[in-house]
Order: sequence, then structure tokens, then C-alpha cells
Amino acid sequence: MIFGPGEPVRVVDDWPETRGPAHIRTPHYVRGRSGRVVRVLGWFPNPSDIAFGRHAPIRTLYHVAFPQRPIWNEGREGDEILIEIFEHWLEPEAG
Amino acid sequence: MAANATISEASERLLDALRAVLSDRQLVSADEIEERIRVADTASPAQGARMVARAWTDPEFRDLLLRDGTRAAEAMGITMRGMPPLGVLANTPDTHHLIVCTLCSCYPKAVLGYPPFWYKSASYRARAVRDPRGTIAEWGTVLPEHMRIRVVDSTADYRWMVLPMRPAGTDGWDQERLAGLVREGDMIGVTVPRAE
Repeated sequence: MIFGPGEPVRVVDDWPETRGPAHIRTPHYVRGRSGRVVRVLGWFPNPSDIAFGRHAPIRTLYHVAFPQRPIWNEGREGDEILIEIFEHWLEPEAG
Repeated sequence: MAANATISEASERLLDALRAVLSDRQLVSADEIEERIRVADTASPAQGARMVARAWTDPEFRDLLLRDGTRAAEAMGITMRGMPPLGVLANTPDTHHLIVCTLCSCYPKAVLGYPPFWYKSASYRARAVRDPRGTIAEWGTVLPEHMRIRVVDSTADYRWMVLPMRPAGTDGWDQERLAGLVREGDMIGVTVPRAE
């Protein structure tokens, strides 16, 4: 799945750390949250595999912006959090 | 003291052995290790400040800096080989950026040197992402009412640096003088440069 700038996306609501040892670069506070792709940052070997010395497939890395308020129930309208998220953590979000 | 000397001696032997193995297996050469030590020791916020000052006075460099921070740093003579890609985000009258790494302590060491002690603290990492306005207020930074804040959580392969806005009252200043007023915190986003 390839996302373009401006596309709405949702972070997969997955918690690999509950199933065993895991190396995760997706912060807990955005799992299951909706955001919008700002830009494609490039292609990098998957750090979740590198951490365990496994073969690490190349994955697309996106810069994704999330509105601040829905995440924390506080903060100011318009404030955002901008995060690097790998493709396998993103799914399309309707509208 | 004798115990310290013994520990130091043991560390040296361990380090020598590690270097020898890395070199034998052609993973990292002695020259590469020397180069990396030299780069780590010379990196400091003064390098980032020079980049900021040049971006303020040279529109072409500013474009390059925002498009490809790594190439821009190299154009200033900074060694970026083997370093993660550098991304630079420009503050504007509408948007202020604040950099944090909530997962660990990712920091653009190649251009800013080692991070300040608080950058790695659990409290900065937790608070910057949740209450950015309250966090930077502790540095005395209060953003104008209309300005939005964008917290940049550095979670993966990039390292991020802020290009602050050029402060008022600096017309006609040359790059060296401009670089002199850019502080480490301005390039993380906890402060903004001021001319006074």
C-alpha cells in the first residue's frame, strides 16, 4: 500500500509487545489513531527485524501528522504531533 | 585508585580486542573508528548554528537545507557519512516545531553534538509530546496565540533539527554574527532566537 501526501491513514491498533519480545518504533499513543500523511521520507530496512538480527525487508517510511487533542484530551485545536511511521503500521482511513 | 587502574587496563584490552576483531572481519577499519571519534568530538551546536545563519541569508541554501538536510550539512563541510539522514523543519509565523524522541533519545548529533542532559530525561520525553506549550514555557518560550505547535516525535530513521525564524533587529548582520545568536535550544524548539 502506497500513500501520498495528504492521504488520511490510521495506525494499526496492534500491540506486538503483548505477544513476546518486540522492537517497536511506533509509539503506543498513536496506535489505532487517525492521521494524515505529510510526506514519504524514504525506504529503510525494518528496524523491528534489525533489532533481532533477522533479515530486514525494506519498508517505506512516512511522516504522519496527528491532531494533538484527540490523543490526550487536552491541548489546543490545530496543534499536531508529527511522527515517522513505517508502512506496515498504516492502513487507509476513509475520508 | 589501584582498582580503577585495573578496570581501565581491562577496558583498554577489551577495546583493543574488539577493534582487532572488527578489523579482521573487515566490518570497521581502524581509520573509520578514528574518523567517527573525530566527528563525534568536533560536533557541536555551533555547526547547526552556522547552517541556520546561512539559511537565513542564502535562499538557495535554505531550499537545500529543507529539501535534503544531509546534503546541506555536507555542503558546510560537516561529515555525514554513516549518519542517519538529517531532516530540517522550518518554523514559520504559523507553525512552531518542537523535537523530542519519546522512544529513546534520537538526536541530530552530526550537526548539534551530544544532546543536552534534559533531552534524554523521562520527564522531557513524556511532557514535550503531551503538553508542549507548558514544557517550552519553562524556558520562557510563549508562542503567539495564533501559532500552532507541531511536536516532532523522532521515532525512526531520521534525525530532526528546527530551522528557527530569523529574529527582528538583525538586518544587515553577516552570517557569523547571526550564527552567534542561535542556541542549541532554538534548533530543538524549546526556545526561539532573539537579537537582544
